[in-house]
Amino acid sequence: MSARQSRIAIFGATSDIAVAYARRSAAQGARLVLFARDAVALETVAADLKVRGATAVEIRHADFADLSTLPQVSRDAFAAFGGLDVALVAYGSLPDQTALNADPAALKAALDLNFVSPVLLANLLAAPFETARAGAIAVITSVAGDRGRQSNYAYGAAKGGCQTFLEGLRHRLFPAGVTVLDIRPGFVATKMTAHLPQGGPLWATPDQVAGDIVAALEKGRAVLYTPWFWWPIMTIVKSVPRALFHRTKL
Amino acid sequence: MAVTAHRKTYSKTYSSWGGVLRAPHEAVLPTARAEAAAALVEPFPNGVVPYGNGRSYGDVGLNPLGGLLDMRGLDRFIAFDPETGLMTCEAGVTLADILAVTARPEADGGGWLLPVMPGTRFITVGGAIANDVHGKNAHRLGSFGCHVEALELARSDGRVLTCSRSENADLFRATIGGLGLTGLILSATLRLRRVPGLGVETEDIRFDHLDRFFDLDAESTGTWEYTAAWIDCLATGTALGRGIYSRSRHVAGVAAQPPARHPHIGVPLAPPISAVNGLSVRAFNALYWRKLGASGRKLSLGAYEPAFFPLDAIDHWNRLYGPKGFFQFQAVVPPADAKAVTGALLGAIATSGQGSMLVVLKRFGEVASEGLLSFPMPGISLALDFPNRGASTTTLLARLEAIVVEAGGRIYPAKDFCMSARSFAAGYPGLEAFRSHLDPAMTSAFARRVGIVREDIP
Ligand SMILES: Cc1cc2nc3c(=O)[nH]c(=O)nc-3n(C[C@H](O)[C@H](O)[C@H](O)COP(=O)(O)OP(=O)(O)OC[C@H]3O[C@@H](n4cnc5c(N)ncnc54)[C@H](O)[C@@H]3O)c2cc1C
Ligand SMILES: NC(=O)c1ccc[n+]([C@@H]2O[C@H](COP(=O)([O-])OP(=O)(O)OC[C@H]3O[C@@H](n4cnc5c(N)ncnc54)[C@H](OP(=O)(O)O)[C@@H]3O)[C@@H](O)[C@H]2O)c1
Repeated sequence: MSARQSRIAIFGATSDIAVAYARRSAAQGARLVLFARDAVALETVAADLKVRGATAVEIRHADFADLSTLPQVSRDAFAAFGGLDVALVAYGSLPDQTALNADPAALKAALDLNFVSPVLLANLLAAPFETARAGAIAVITSVAGDRGRQSNYAYGAAKGGCQTFLEGLRHRLFPAGVTVLDIRPGFVATKMTAHLPQGGPLWATPDQVAGDIVAALEKGRAVLYTPWFWWPIMTIVKSVPRALFHRTKL
Repeated sequence: MAVTAHRKTYSKTYSSWGGVLRAPHEAVLPTARAEAAAALVEPFPNGVVPYGNGRSYGDVGLNPLGGLLDMRGLDRFIAFDPETGLMTCEAGVTLADILAVTARPEADGGGWLLPVMPGTRFITVGGAIANDVHGKNAHRLGSFGCHVEALELARSDGRVLTCSRSENADLFRATIGGLGLTGLILSATLRLRRVPGLGVETEDIRFDHLDRFFDLDAESTGTWEYTAAWIDCLATGTALGRGIYSRSRHVAGVAAQPPARHPHIGVPLAPPISAVNGLSVRAFNALYWRKLGASGRKLSLGAYEPAFFPLDAIDHWNRLYGPKGFFQFQAVVPPADAKAVTGALLGAIATSGQGSMLVVLKRFGEVASEGLLSFPMPGISLALDFPNRGASTTTLLARLEAIVVEAGGRIYPAKDFCMSARSFAAGYPGLEAFRSHLDPAMTSAFARRVGIVREDIP
């Protein structure tokens, strides 16, 4: 699918990965409707995308932790340009597992934001795409969803849950010809990971990830490991015997 | 990570482009202009330096163990008017991004180009202003600051000021070439330039002695917009100062696509020892000098990338100098005895046998740079790299510094790691006037070394 003039909705549009994807689309003249909770940041991103070549940019305020608003969010997304070609669900948070272990309310909030909210939204978006018999739903999950690890299993479980949900949704939407893309990045240098060193061969830039997303959508792929080397890495991580895995600090 | 009411700071390592200095900093990574301005208000225990994209070779953008405002997150365009060419963007936008967005050829091959482009496009607008950078057309269009219409400057007293030639004009002149010491540039409005063809014709001409450089330059300056020469810094005697003169100009109707926003190939790791040494330089220079074949001339037409940004093809080429890194030296000497002084500099370098393959000679013209501490002034500029071989290299640099100061010239802060406070004061008569515009929160390793700010930060 060519991005020229295509209609794209982005949920969590101030995410660094989402911004990088939006910029690539803007350069191709896309029309974008952006949802985020920070009004100033949203306007800044919109102005940037217009200069970069977007044909139209619409902005909408949204707090994705508030699950009751999701049906309206989905309707607004389709209403902006009378239909959608791509919906990208990008919001999320990277909670500190140790803190969650002592705080069930925070654990629930993390699971709501990283699992319940994105799958509810994806399911709401599914129906109109199904009717249109075209388009793509892309959700950023993570390689962290591939195996539970002591350092990160709440986030990992939420992302893993999304992966399974998307697998089923893809199955459902296959007859309608709607693409469901599960984007699994490794380490990406964004504000979410600013507290980490962000250097070295395993780290990617948001723009690299965005380039992979554009290519995967063009090919109608199902699952994207980005950068590509996370696929062999995760294949190994998943196959390490439990007895051995338990001795690591991963 | 440390969190206070006004900011989050992260302990991160930053290094100079030459790789000689690598040090931890308390970094702030703002993603919004208001956040960046607010971060300045709460005092930093060891002062703070703005950081653009780290393409300065020395210590102007570093403040070891102290505060650092990493501006790369402020990379948004704000507005562009394709009628007037006025472009407003945040300070962390790179020149590569501007070219990608505005320098797309129109139907007639023309388009909006950056009026001034240094030898790399991977620098930020804030860094370009703070060093008042120059390009190969400095003799025609002056330096970067000449094309800045206005900028938004955050000061540590909480004010955010608009500075231009009509508003806060003195602070505007201090901030252009102000090395990040007058406050934090949040955004800027640049006046881009419409060229009738984005593509260029480039002519390379071999010359066998320094004198010929001056002849070729005199012949070219009227009709060629971009001029500079590569010099074989190992040639001595009658061949002293031999090299290749390159000149380019836009050709109406010839289009060129913007160069890539990222390099295609990279150097992932530093080799254990420098790949740039006496042997490799000698071999490279010998081959390069002969690259134009028997005719000694070559004319080409098309993209400007190879002519303007040859080093941008390889990401982190600086790593080839190995773990000890390298020094860069750039100075300009007044026109009157430029020939003799340049000869003396090249002579000292050739005898030491220490130069590298990257040597650029260029004439600056009369177009005045406006900044109080701007580097460009009329005269001849010489720039080159030296692999870091310890004392023998710093001794040579001191010798070059002495020749430059004696001749009434100045050394470029963006490239410098060694200059003394005396040499800086001698080269930059605007220093006294500049001091009254300093922001008390701002500092840098460079500013302390050359005595712009006092050593004893609170
Ligand atoms: C391959 C190569 C070729 C080069 N060729 C040229 C050339 O032809 N001509 C030339 O002039 N230079 C040249 N340079 C030098 C380079 O253009 C300058 O050092 C430039 O200033 C680097 O910009 P930066 O964004 O990387 O900033 P940094 O190097 O990170 O910082 C430079 C200065 O700007 C200040 N600064 C950065 N952002 C801000 C801000 N937002 N507000 C206030 N102050 C700020 C910093 O404090 C520092 O003093 C070259 C460098 C390389 C690596
Ligand atoms: N960075 C990585 O290494 C990495 C690796 C694998 C997967 N991912 C995933 O990639 C996606 C994008 O993350 P990123 O790396 O680009 O980080 P990011 O820049 O921090 O983006 C996360 C975004 O989620 C938004 N958000 C959080 N809670 C929200 C809420 N309640 N309502 C509305 N928006 C909310 C944030 O909005 P604000 O800007 O308002 O805070 C932020 O823009 C996330 O799903 C993340 O889990 C990232």
